[in-house]
Amino acid sequence: MGGHMMNRKSRSFLRAILSFAWREKGRRAAWRMRLAAMACLACMSLSAQAVLGPGVLAGFAGDFSSRIAAIEALGVEGGETARRVLDALEAGRLGVIGERVVIVGEEGVCDAASGEALPDVPETPVETVTVNNRVRRALANARAAFALGGEDAAARLAAAHTLGEAASPAWLPLFERALAGEKDEAVRGALVLAAARVNLSSADPAVRRQAAQDLGVSPDAAVRNLLAGLLAKSGEGTAAAWVEPDAGVREAAAASLRAIDRRIALAETAGTVFTGLSLGSILLLAALGLAITYGVMGVINMAHGELLMIGAYATFVVQGVFRQYFPEWIDAYIIAAIPVAFLAAALTGVAMERLVLRHLYGRPLESLLATWGLSLVLIQAARVTFGPQNLELANPGWMSGGLGLAAGVVLPFNRIVIVFFAALVLLLIWLTMQKTRLGMFVRAVTQNRAMAGCVGVPTARVDTLAFAIGAGVAGLGGAALSQIANVGPAMGQGYIVDAFMVVVLGGVGQLAGAVWAALGLGIVSKFLEGLAGAVIAKILVLLFIIIFIQKRPQGIFALKGRFADD
Amino acid sequence: MRTPLSLRCLQSLPRGGWIALAAFAAVAWIGVPLAHLALPEGHPLHIPAYTVSLSGKILCYMTVAVAMDLVWGVAGVLSLGHGLFFALGGYAFGMYLMRQIGRDGSYGADLPDFMVFLDWKELPWYWIGSDAFLWAAFLAMALPGAVAFVFGWFAFRSRIKGVYFSIITQALTYAAMLLFFRNETGFGGNNGFTDFKRILGFDITAPQTRAVLFALSATLLTACLMLGRYLIASRFGRVLAAIRDAESRAMFIGYDPLYYKLFIWTLSAMLCGLAGALYVPQTGIINPSEMSPANSIEIAVWVAVGGRGTLVGAALGAGIVNLTKSFFTVTLPEYWPFFLGGIFIVVTLWLPDGVAGLWRQWRARRAAVPGG
Repeated sequence: MGGHMMNRKSRSFLRAILSFAWREKGRRAAWRMRLAAMACLACMSLSAQAVLGPGVLAGFAGDFSSRIAAIEALGVEGGETARRVLDALEAGRLGVIGERVVIVGEEGVCDAASGEALPDVPETPVETVTVNNRVRRALANARAAFALGGEDAAARLAAAHTLGEAASPAWLPLFERALAGEKDEAVRGALVLAAARVNLSSADPAVRRQAAQDLGVSPDAAVRNLLAGLLAKSGEGTAAAWVEPDAGVREAAAASLRAIDRRIALAETAGTVFTGLSLGSILLLAALGLAITYGVMGVINMAHGELLMIGAYATFVVQGVFRQYFPEWIDAYIIAAIPVAFLAAALTGVAMERLVLRHLYGRPLESLLATWGLSLVLIQAARVTFGPQNLELANPGWMSGGLGLAAGVVLPFNRIVIVFFAALVLLLIWLTMQKTRLGMFVRAVTQNRAMAGCVGVPTARVDTLAFAIGAGVAGLGGAALSQIANVGPAMGQGYIVDAFMVVVLGGVGQLAGAVWAALGLGIVSKFLEGLAGAVIAKILVLLFIIIFIQKRPQGIFALKGRFADD
Repeated sequence: MRTPLSLRCLQSLPRGGWIALAAFAAVAWIGVPLAHLALPEGHPLHIPAYTVSLSGKILCYMTVAVAMDLVWGVAGVLSLGHGLFFALGGYAFGMYLMRQIGRDGSYGADLPDFMVFLDWKELPWYWIGSDAFLWAAFLAMALPGAVAFVFGWFAFRSRIKGVYFSIITQALTYAAMLLFFRNETGFGGNNGFTDFKRILGFDITAPQTRAVLFALSATLLTACLMLGRYLIASRFGRVLAAIRDAESRAMFIGYDPLYYKLFIWTLSAMLCGLAGALYVPQTGIINPSEMSPANSIEIAVWVAVGGRGTLVGAALGAGIVNLTKSFFTVTLPEYWPFFLGGIFIVVTLWLPDGVAGLWRQWRARRAAVPGG
């Protein structure tokens, strides 16, 4: 413990020297004063007791601005005492008696700087140091400043971001110091950016130019506005003067601005592609099953959307069970829901196939109507069982939040998970279709039912199993969908037309076609949505499909070979 | 030697058919108007306004079913988008009805209320001429016809058929529904057209107007049935049946299915449009939900219930399903979807020829039993 303290002390000594060195470069006068205070405080903390200079803490006795200056000084200083003082401030236990700053503790009043108890001071005349929002922000920044010296790289990165946004000159020495010791590239980048933001208002044009140049790698839209502000003119007409007088700085700012704009555009495009990809993944899960059943039996299953719905409700039920019986495992409910959703949908699919579709072979149009009837029944059954209102499922903790790209573009984790989940399901389906005996049978029946039957493929059983797999995959799609959309009785209807379009576009019973069509449709419709709004986008996509199948009536990937229809 | 057209028309129905038709016409033109207008309320034979409107609506549905049967039963093309043509006809005529409101709307402006609400200053170009009855009536037929022609030409030309065709027609009506839901499309968005006041200057809620609309609906249905019968019995109808049963073979013999299918498809859409035009003044509202895929697929089940390819059966099917629907929605609204879904399944599994098939079976059995 003592050694730890010593270590901290010697570190603060180093900091003091560094700040001195920095001071020698010469900056604004106000900073100099603060630095002087800091340096002297650092010297003092070299002594055996963790004592802060009274000069620093005196700020707390002043107005809000001087309190903020004091907090910033403490943040730059770091160390146990600084932490203790800020903790006390946050808890409302920091007080002032006359000129003296004290901490009101459980067992009495003690001096804030030295920590020694002041038994003779009563609690009542102590005037509590109040805070306002500005002070609170400064406090948060000071906490970030402490975190900058911590072990956790992620925390350091977050701290650097926080301080960068604050863009207060007070943190500059801290940045320089941290940069000297920082190994992590990401944190270094963030620190350089944070320093550059402050330096942008430096008096020295060379420093400003360097800062403007450094800011070119910033992912932040606020920095973009900052740089754009430099390139503006203030005043009217001939009297207009550049906000930034130095042409070199303006040039650097313009270059950085272009770089940032390029990156923001790129990030937005990436964001759209990603949203399209996640929509495509859902469509893929919905369409895979449809493609399989249509390929095998030539039946368009109009109740396929309701299998999605069943999967989603199964997920909802599993969540309820976990809430009730295993609240400590609630984050894992989605894992448990996956097999449940698969089985629930697959069993419904088997029932549909055995009870209805089996008897309609060779009559695809009637099957269409019968499955529509099934879908009506299923929707109403869900409405009666679960109520007509939409249910919202909670994302598990590990699926909430997101991955930030530049310019406020965030890729939510739940969508990322869904994309990977769809890829996994696709892989499993592909393996089943290509590497197992059942898959071989399914392919055989898809290609030529009569011939497959002749060589001994149990076509009836293959039909049932293929339908079960297709339905189960739809159930998985429902489980995935429940994480990003509301669960309601008619939820399947919204996706089913799109899923049909995927099958139409991709071609009959073609996994590859379904994949390309689903991802393509997802991405294209998201881009069109950005350009023309959701409704027009949908209409354009449908028109595109209608025109497309003029050229390729069999879809993107037509089955090769001879397929006479009558 | 060719039989004269008049004779062929006469021969297209058996004698019993003509008698039934005459009876139907008499009831629709004389019986119902008399019972509705002449008999006082409370009289046991008086037909209340609700019943007349409901029957008029159902007559329109029956016309749609006949039109649907022409493409599905006769030509083997299952459309899941016929609701679109119906609604387009309704919207085309609804534009006229909206203009007839004049300054009696809630804003008292020349423009329809929803346009005032959107702060539009003048009518969009496609509303030009919508104040003329004849133009509206023409549009109610021509607009669905044109849409069907263009779509059908593209679809049939690339030989899209079977479930593919069905799915694409469904997508078509779905896209149109989304389009009409938008306020900017200029057709009243969500709410569509409603609050009609008059038609051709007559009060739209007057009993006389209602009776005339009812009689017109009955006439349209009759005309559709006769036209359909005539087409089926003609050489054209036989080629269509050949295409339905074996399209490739019909092609190999030398018929081009494109024009046959396209003709019946466009005709069917126009008939639907007319039915829609008569439907709107009787229900007093048209909105985009008429274009929802569910509505269109319901039309298919009317035909399936009645029996495909029989025309009269299709009309009967529409009547049966819709009467049941109004019964259920009054008494057991919760269970209507179960029942409707059940109908879909039962009809496809056990009644492939619908009610008309049952009737035929019963007749055949009676004929087989001597003295029965």
